Amino acid sequence: MNKRIEFKLWLAHRLSAMALGLFVVVHLAGMIIAIQGGLSSAEILQRTSGNYAMGLFYSLFTIAAATHSTIGLRTVAREVLGWGGMSANFVLIAFFLFLCAMGISAVGGLVL
Amino acid sequence: MEDNQKKIRVSVWRGGEDGTFESFQVPYVEDQTILDLLTHVQRTVDNSLSYRFACRVGMCGSCAMQVNGKPRWTCRTLVRSVIQDGELKLEPLSNLPVVKDLVVDMKPFFDKWQEAKGRFEPSDSPVTEFVPIKPDDKQRQKADEAIECINCGCCYAACDVVELNPNYLGPAALNRAWSLINDAKDFANPERLKAVSGDGGCQNCHTNSQCVARCPLQLNPTRSIAGLKKAVSLATLKGEI
Ligand code: HEM
Ligand code: SF4
Ligand code: SF4
Ligand code: FES
Repeated sequence: MNKRIEFKLWLAHRLSAMALGLFVVVHLAGMIIAIQGGLSSAEILQRTSGNYAMGLFYSLFTIAAATHSTIGLRTVAREVLGWGGMSANFVLIAFFLFLCAMGISAVGGLVL
Repeated sequence: MEDNQKKIRVSVWRGGEDGTFESFQVPYVEDQTILDLLTHVQRTVDNSLSYRFACRVGMCGSCAMQVNGKPRWTCRTLVRSVIQDGELKLEPLSNLPVVKDLVVDMKPFFDKWQEAKGRFEPSDSPVTEFVPIKPDDKQRQKADEAIECINCGCCYAACDVVELNPNYLGPAALNRAWSLINDAKDFANPERLKAVSGDGGCQNCHTNSQCVARCPLQLNPTRSIAGLKKAVSLATLKGEI
C-alpha cells in the first residue's frame, strides 16, 4: 500500500476545507440575492429546476463536505476513541457514500 | 550552619517504569538550579541517584526532566522560579522509556531523527562549486532558528500527539528535517520530504504549540512543521513525490 496515504488524506481534508470556505461564501451570496424575489418553495423550485450549473455547484459542495467531514471524523475516531484500522475505514466510507447520496439526491430534487 | 537554613522538599522518581517517589529535604540556596539540588542529593544523601547532565550551561541538551510536571532543562532552571508551595517534584522526561530514576532511554527520540532523515546528506558527485549561503538568504533565514536545537527532548515530552501516537516523529525530528530542507548544501530531497510524510509524519501535528511553549531555547517547531506541511503538499500536488 502507498506509504503516504495518511498525508494524502490530510491534504484532501485541507483542500476540501478550502473549497468549502469558497462554496460557503458563494452560497451565502446566492441566498442573499435569491431571497430578493421572495421565499416560497414554488419560487425556489421555479428558479432551480433546469439550472444545471447550480446543480453542479451544489453537487461539488456536497462532495467537498462529505470528503472533509469523513476525513476529519476519521482523525477524531482514531485519536479520541482509539478506533482505527479497517473496521473504522469501512464505516467511514459508508458514511461518505451516505452523505454523497443524500446530498446529491437533494440537489437532484431541486434541479431535475 | 545548614541546620537553621531554609529547607525544601523534593520528591524524586526512583526506580524504573514501576518506581515510586522518594522524598528528600534539601537546603535552599539562593540561585541554585535543579541540577545543583540533585548534585547535593547525590553527594550528601544517596549516591545511587541517577540523572544525566554534561555541559551544565544549556548547550548539550542532556539534563531535561519533568519538573513539577513540565519538561525543563535542569541546568538552567532556578529552583526559586519553579518551586510551588516549597515543594518540587522531579520525574523522568515524559513519552520516553524510563531507565532508572531520572534517566530515560533517548533511543526512540534519536531513531526518529534518523527516520525523518535528520542527517545532513551531501551531494553524491564531487562538488566543484560550493553554494554560497548568505545570512540574508531567504532559505537560510527559514532555517536560522531551527538549527539552534540542542536535542534536549523537552518538546517531545510535551507533545500530546507523541503521547497518543507512538509513530509520530515529533517536533524535534521534524524541526531538524526542516532545517536541512532549507540547507542549499544538502541533497537528500525529495527523499526527505517523503520521510517526513509517512504514517508518523508532519500531518499528525495539531498546531497546538505545546512544543513551542516548552522549548528552553524558545524555538518554534510548530512553525517548522507548518513549513514541512506546505512543502510536502506542494511537492505532492506537483507530482514530484
Ligand atoms: C463548511 C464549512 C467548513 C469549513 C470551512 C471547515 C474548515 C476546516 C479547517 C480549515 C480545518 C483545519 C483546522 C486546522 O488546520 O487545524 C478543519 C478541521 C476539521 N473539520 Fe472542518 N470545516 C467545515 C465543516 C466541517 C464539518 C461539517 C465537519 C463535520 C463533521 C468538519 C469536521 C472537521 C474535523 C473533525 C476537523 C479536525 C480534523 C483534524 O484535526 O485532523 N468540518 N475544518
Ligand atoms: S504543535 Fe505539533 S509538534 Fe508541537 S506539541 Fe503540538 S502537535 Fe506536537
Ligand atoms: S526544539 Fe527545543 S525543546 Fe525540542 S529538542 Fe530542540 S531545543 Fe529541545
Ligand atoms: S547539562 Fe547540558 S544542557 Fe543542561
